[in-house]
Amino acid sequence: MAQRIVVDPITRIEGHLRIEAELEDGKIVNAFSSGTAFRGLERIVQDRDPRDAWAFVQRICGVCTHIHAIASIQAVEDALDITVPKNAVLIRQIMTAAQFVQDHVIHFYHLHALDWIDVVSALKADPKAASALAQSLSNYARSSPGHFADVQKTFKSFVDSGQLGIFANAYWGHPAYKLPPEVNLIALSHYLDALDWQKDIARIHTIFGGKNPHPNYLVGGMACTINIDNDNTINMERLGLVFKEISKAKAFVEQVYLPDLFAIASFYKDWTYGGGIDHFLVYGTLAEQNKNNNRDEIFPGGVILNRNLNEVFDVDPRDPKQVEEFVDHAWYEYSSAPEGRHPWNGETRVKYSGPKPPYEQLDTQGKYSWIKTPLWKGKPVEVGPLARMLVGYARGNDPIKSSVDEALQRLGLGQEALFSALGRTLARGLESKLMVDYLQKSYDLLLANIKAGDSRVFDGSKWEPTSWPSSAQGVGFTEAPRGALGHWVKINNGKISLYQAVVPTTWNAAPESKGGKGPYEAALIGTPLADPEQPLEILRIIHSFDPCIACAAHIIDLKSRQDLGECLFC
Amino acid sequence: MRDSLYEAMIKRGYSRRDFMKICAILTAMMGLEASFVPKVAQALEDKPRLPVIYLHLQECTCCAESFIRTAHPLLADMLFNMISLDYMETLQAAAGHQAEAAKAKTMQDYKDHYLVVVEGSIPLQDDGVYCTIGGRTARDILLEAARDSVAVIAFGSCATNACVQGAHPNPTGAVSVKEVVKDKPVIDVPGCPPIAEVIAGTIVHYLTFDRLPELTTLGRPKAFFNHRIHDNCNRRAYFDAGLFVEQFDDEGAKQGWCLYKVGCKGPTTYNACAITQWNNGVSYPIKSGHPCIGCSEPGFYDDMPMYSRMAHIPGTAMPFNPDKIGLAVTGATVAGAAAHGLATGVLMRKKPQQKRVEKGGDE
Repeated sequence: MAQRIVVDPITRIEGHLRIEAELEDGKIVNAFSSGTAFRGLERIVQDRDPRDAWAFVQRICGVCTHIHAIASIQAVEDALDITVPKNAVLIRQIMTAAQFVQDHVIHFYHLHALDWIDVVSALKADPKAASALAQSLSNYARSSPGHFADVQKTFKSFVDSGQLGIFANAYWGHPAYKLPPEVNLIALSHYLDALDWQKDIARIHTIFGGKNPHPNYLVGGMACTINIDNDNTINMERLGLVFKEISKAKAFVEQVYLPDLFAIASFYKDWTYGGGIDHFLVYGTLAEQNKNNNRDEIFPGGVILNRNLNEVFDVDPRDPKQVEEFVDHAWYEYSSAPEGRHPWNGETRVKYSGPKPPYEQLDTQGKYSWIKTPLWKGKPVEVGPLARMLVGYARGNDPIKSSVDEALQRLGLGQEALFSALGRTLARGLESKLMVDYLQKSYDLLLANIKAGDSRVFDGSKWEPTSWPSSAQGVGFTEAPRGALGHWVKINNGKISLYQAVVPTTWNAAPESKGGKGPYEAALIGTPLADPEQPLEILRIIHSFDPCIACAAHIIDLKSRQDLGECLFC
Repeated sequence: MRDSLYEAMIKRGYSRRDFMKICAILTAMMGLEASFVPKVAQALEDKPRLPVIYLHLQECTCCAESFIRTAHPLLADMLFNMISLDYMETLQAAAGHQAEAAKAKTMQDYKDHYLVVVEGSIPLQDDGVYCTIGGRTARDILLEAARDSVAVIAFGSCATNACVQGAHPNPTGAVSVKEVVKDKPVIDVPGCPPIAEVIAGTIVHYLTFDRLPELTTLGRPKAFFNHRIHDNCNRRAYFDAGLFVEQFDDEGAKQGWCLYKVGCKGPTTYNACAITQWNNGVSYPIKSGHPCIGCSEPGFYDDMPMYSRMAHIPGTAMPFNPDKIGLAVTGATVAGAAAHGLATGVLMRKKPQQKRVEKGGDE
């Protein structure tokens, strides 16, 4: 008889996720991923002005705060055939790249690191040895023995206070922690430095979008007027601040994040669990959607099946036969025959059949999640940094290929090592390096374009609804930090008649379906737990996907409400 | 509640005089001059860091993301020196039942001495199945945490007015914290999200001055929500001069003129954006060229379209706003604003979308 363990809440993620796992002989033999919240936004955006939609759907998630707005305005611009000025494209690219870097660093240090580093062990470290080690890894300035002694002292008095705050009651001392005290101390020190740094890079969004989280956008371009000869617009002072933050981001990724990632990974090379399903999907691109399957895009799009890097399938979010959503084990029902639905033909009606709260256990034979199951041609796929690195590699994209090869060589690992929790975490770091370079490149292009005399940021020729066709449909697809993101919209008589988003965590956290287990579930199966009371291994694997559950949970209609809308998110 | 050393000594029958003697001995042992005795005494008298329970309910985590960006005080300084963040799903190391146990311990050990910060609304529809944590509903979790707290801070517009999921037709029955917690002080800190330094400032205000901040008639800290964005807007002079942006990126935009005619809600929005600004004082939406969308005002998601001016406000001004004083001031200003708009001689753009009938059908 299998033993059932429940981890709820899964912490250090966005949103509300519950994992139930069945253990036999100390090993996970089955697992269930359940999103336990949703917010029901679909009727809210329906009948709204499509130019307003970005502000609503941006609030799908405050961690992904920028990218849902981008996907939304791209979907509307696609539907209304609006061409965006070059400056606006570049500013959006800069903001996207800034978000990737910020998001990945926060994920590594604040959401994921405590699965690999034991902060209590850091108290035993020798600050001098930690300093020598840190200086051998990187030329980062804050690496003196005095610095590490200070960090250790601060942390020691914190522990001595008896109030452990966010560090209380964790799995410290668990046998799966393998780092020497000095590495733990370095990582703890950088945990604090990253906390300080992440607030600064957000200022790139503030310059162009007025605030972060949830900066402002505009269908047709950007609202941040450029006039280099005015004091109340984007001028050299504003751009100078952006440049400074880009330089700091580059330094942080190169001098702190990557050296830490490699140092920590080198102690966990034997921990090969968490691979999961063998199919990967990338929509690709950050700027020009119709070039998404191009090998030279920053992220080439495509699908890999069965870990076969010798064959890549083109992906097309407009094709009704490719992306479909299923509700076999999700708390929804469909009104008519088709089992799966393409987003432009989407429908969601809630049908909660779970236990009445408070409850101890879900009925995993039946429906058990607020997250639907999207499939690509009937197959569950993983999305995210690992998928991007694999598809880019298989497409022969030079920067991706060389960065992956170099990393594997440096760690003395083969390609098969990528298909694991560690592989996912490594891919996220490699991608961050590609993104800081892309950030710098996009900034240079923006300045060159302004220098050439172009200061336009907005095309207003199709701003007025009178210029729109009576009906139109569009899709905005891109890559979010957590993976492939698509928003689909239909516009009728100047208003939204249908809106759907299929987001990264919907793919990854999906419950099982006719296509088999979802990516989280499959990744857990086969993993041994050293101590079922302290399921550190489960956190390690789930966190390697960087879950974002507010994004994933469907935004739905209710049977108790009249006028069932077909308009929905996710 | 854990005692400080001073409290522990007093409880064991020592006098204040004894305590000061020990402080003097300790100071000497540490090799410090006698002038340091009061400092040592103060340190030993200090209370434990303020325990804080941060609940994530029905939300998007933008408020937590904002909170971690606080520049003064820095988050690390808060975590190590000011508060004990005993429960916050986004940051805490423990998960599952260990996380819940940490929260339960704080509620027990610091009865009547901990603060609850809530991000998110509470869905009441259908027995609360739309947001559960550890198999329990958001409502249960909130009521339990609030019961023995000092006060509850409703952090962000989800917690103060159910924000986007509470907009029409509010399918999950999402409500604000105040609609659930009736027997504790609830401080509303609205915004989608609030400015980082505003939430940090609200907590540190309590810590430093040992009392909850004074509130506006809408129940928000006066220190941050006493003025409209319009009152301190960097484009205000252009509003007064009747110089408006007519379309994004036009000549007026290139001169940095007023955004009222492209939909700015600054004249009816109470927030610190124009003063404190965002991300350590870098900018705020209007400064960066986009109209204010009014995200700290109740029902702002039903107060759209975003890019239309607030022509409907005079006469039916903010029916949701019980703040009589604010209402009068706002009404007068908006009437003035409308006059300004006409004075420039440009006809109001026809609104592309009808005001939602459910919201009073005022158009």
